Amino acid sequence: MMAGVIFVFSAAALLQFFISYCRSLIAASSKQVLSAEVKDVTGIQKIASGDDFKRVMQLLHLCPERPEDRNSVQAIGAYFSLLNFLRSTVARIVPSMRAWTESERAQCAYFAAVALERRISFSRDMLAQQMDS
Amino acid sequence: MVVCALRQGAFRRYLPLNLWMLLEMLSGLSRFYVLHSYGLQSSEYFYFYYYSEALATIALYFALTSLYARVLEELKAESYVQKAAILLLSGTAVFSYLIVRQSSHLLVTHFVVELSQNLYFVGLVLTYLLWGAMLKLRESRTRVIQFVLSLGVLFSVFAANYALRNLAPDLRWLWGSLPPIFDCFLPLAWCYTFLRIPEDARLVPARLAVVPR
Repeated sequence: MMAGVIFVFSAAALLQFFISYCRSLIAASSKQVLSAEVKDVTGIQKIASGDDFKRVMQLLHLCPERPEDRNSVQAIGAYFSLLNFLRSTVARIVPSMRAWTESERAQCAYFAAVALERRISFSRDMLAQQMDS
Repeated sequence: MVVCALRQGAFRRYLPLNLWMLLEMLSGLSRFYVLHSYGLQSSEYFYFYYYSEALATIALYFALTSLYARVLEELKAESYVQKAAILLLSGTAVFSYLIVRQSSHLLVTHFVVELSQNLYFVGLVLTYLLWGAMLKLRESRTRVIQFVLSLGVLFSVFAANYALRNLAPDLRWLWGSLPPIFDCFLPLAWCYTFLRIPEDARLVPARLAVVPR
């Protein structure tokens, strides 16, 4: 009984902390302006859409990984899946939820584009270092 | 993570978090040494694993109290936070002892395991309260927000895992294999925060709450 109560409380807290943590990652990257090059590659001009996420993630996986980014990209990927689940279940019944999930999905896509920008510049730096040596 | 903090000149500013990380690294290396010397099934490794786990949990608990002191620094509540943390830790230790005192066999080991479990749950409740206080006090330092939220994720995932161990003991092998994966989360999350979030970055915390305020 006690273990059940602890599990329910922990799972609810986990969900809340996880969503807030992902939103803090997104909010921190939302201030960053995308370069013209990344805008061209991703097709995101001013406002991202949730449908861009999958494509941007595919581009992201083509670039060499950075260990410090891996965790946050995975967390946002999981958050995006959670949003998709909410969109196809609860948001069908609650219309305000639909608008919220759409806006969150779009922000996830923008976060992925910012991560792509970082990986491209990281790859470029590595290439420049190799050329120098 | 410590290297990231040193590179960003934030080692001393977040000293308790970095000390916890160093202790965790030391404990990981020592576990590897014991594992290599005595083997996975040995009682030496069994004892060493749980004792070092308890020490690391206590250190993480104090890292959390340091975040309390940081959030409440304007209220000059540092000494109260320290006293309350020690009192709560002692209370948790007594509670854990009362639970395991019937088992005369391996009393200390049972106590250490029980203390770790209970501390994760106490840590979760404390992190939840801290997050509530941060929303109320409009704490806007992005680094502190991310430290607290990632700590909340870690405590809740461990507390849920320990609860599942008690709910479904037949799957103990599964619940036992998950903690090393969870353990990777916090160093990576804090490393990201040190590298990507400048010290002066600010956020509106109410924007992050699941329930809009």
